[in-house]
Amino acid sequence: MTATLRPRWPDAIARTVVVLLLAFVIFGPLANLVLWAFAERWYFPNKLPQEFGLAFWKRVFDPRGNAVASLGTSVAIASLTVAVTLAVAIPAGYALARLRMPGRILVLLVFLLPQAVPNLPVYVNIARVFYELGLNGTVLGVVLVHTAHGLVLAVWIASAAFAAVDVSLEEAARNLGASPWRCWTTVTLPLALPGLIASAIFVFLDSLDEFTGTYFVGVPDVTTLPLLMFNASMGGNYQIASITALLLLVPSILFMLLVERFLKADVLAMIGR
Amino acid sequence: MPAPYLVAENVSVAYGPVRVLDRVSLDVARGELVALLGSSGCGKTTLLRAIAGFVRPTDGRIAVDGRDITHTPPEARGTAMMFQSYALWPHMDVAANIGYGLRMRGAARDEIARRVDEMLKLLKLEGYGGRAISALSGGQKQRVALGRALAVDPSVLLLDEPMSNLDYRVRLELRHELRALQKRVGITAIYVTHDREEALTLADRIAVIDAGRIAQLGTPDEVFHRPSSPFVAGFMGADNAVDVVRAGERWTRPPPGAAGAPVRAHFRADRARVVGAGETPAGGLVLDGVVSQRVYLGTEYRYRVRSDGADFWIEDGARRDEGTSLRVHVPDDALLVFPIAA
Repeated sequence: MTATLRPRWPDAIARTVVVLLLAFVIFGPLANLVLWAFAERWYFPNKLPQEFGLAFWKRVFDPRGNAVASLGTSVAIASLTVAVTLAVAIPAGYALARLRMPGRILVLLVFLLPQAVPNLPVYVNIARVFYELGLNGTVLGVVLVHTAHGLVLAVWIASAAFAAVDVSLEEAARNLGASPWRCWTTVTLPLALPGLIASAIFVFLDSLDEFTGTYFVGVPDVTTLPLLMFNASMGGNYQIASITALLLLVPSILFMLLVERFLKADVLAMIGR
Repeated sequence: MPAPYLVAENVSVAYGPVRVLDRVSLDVARGELVALLGSSGCGKTTLLRAIAGFVRPTDGRIAVDGRDITHTPPEARGTAMMFQSYALWPHMDVAANIGYGLRMRGAARDEIARRVDEMLKLLKLEGYGGRAISALSGGQKQRVALGRALAVDPSVLLLDEPMSNLDYRVRLELRHELRALQKRVGITAIYVTHDREEALTLADRIAVIDAGRIAQLGTPDEVFHRPSSPFVAGFMGADNAVDVVRAGERWTRPPPGAAGAPVRAHFRADRARVVGAGETPAGGLVLDGVVSQRVYLGTEYRYRVRSDGADFWIEDGARRDEGTSLRVHVPDDALLVFPIAA
């Protein structure tokens, strides 16, 4: 017993080193990002910026600058993507959860396809097709690409959320006089809502961060925040790129905290069933 | 006899090739409580769900108060079901759960509130209207589920094993409450259970269901004392079965190589009495055997007795060791004699 109570030094040291390494891997680049965001001047071989300031923040948030405009575009595209995705995922998820049809798993796998195959060839082809349809360079085109991408998560989570709603809860509603539609709006939907909100958050974040598809379908007419960041860092403008990256980080962190609240264990257990 | 209120006529239900209900017919009078009693998988819940409209009968018809509802969707039937899991909606509070049926019927807000209060009072749940479902105990949930069903003043109240999730003591208490309530409200009810005691104490009539058919339909007294088949006898607790032949005034075990077809006598363990070794009471069945197992029941012992090839249980207050020889007498009125099924 005494042996286990005494601290084992090699063990504790090893653990501390691992934790520190992990922290460095995660927070090191983030710290660099923060430094760059507030660096006015930072030339080689200095380890830290020579001058700190908010000049670049002013430039980014300048109403005439294109950062605010692309932020708007990004949020608009993400919101539209969520709307289109849910419009498909809610009925599809409900059907997959409730109907014991043959090939259910196959349908679930079909939604996985856009993510299973390499992205680039898919987007190149989509861009070609969209070009012929006149969708290239339009917000709608970008929204459709993001939707194809977001549907996997959305349909899988939605179907799990609906499957987690006990059938007897719906039967009780029908039994007490609710038509199928009223039963759905008063019982099924409210009970599945947390899961649906979680899937909406995932799709929103996915769309906000999406780069490749937007690059092929949207450029040069549609500029989202990730595209702006790409252009800034390609042009050596690390401050602008870092500030944009921080902007993108904020909703991600906020929403991830929210998702944790909405995705309950009973829903998670149903994913892919 | 008044015209039956609920009529099920030759109702059959099949899931694919599996026949769950086989031409079941049942009449229930207004204000009557009929228990559907059977072991799990016998089809009793399926019959209830067919009446509620969740299961489509492949054959037969169901009518309530002269109105054929065989093909009516569940929401238009006017029945109310109390689910085994209670199926209370966790996103609504107690009052919203109870008022839901009235809301669906388009009742005015103040009328719903009045009726909900009435239900809360009836079920001794005053002050619980704003509670979340998750904050209720099992017994309270059961009351809310009952209140939700009663609030719409249903034509028929359907109860699907409503007590099975409760502690034994709570169950005993609620059983009597439920019966009193049903009598007071005067509602027609069908009660599905696998618990014989529950069916006997609650029901006006019991339908014993076996393999998708009604094995016997009768008052608790009839079903208990005059079971119509070995299955019903066994289900009602007469689980001892011994092959016997008639010998004058009494029954005896068939002597080896005896002529005359034996019949099978069923009896309850608590009706068998241990008698003195030389004693031969008039009538009935006398069995000599050896105690092969003893089970302590609290007030009594339950003994497994082996008697040349036959095996049965008796209950007796005295403590006996395994291996003790004894003589057992079962009076005539405790013997349920049936021909031996081929």
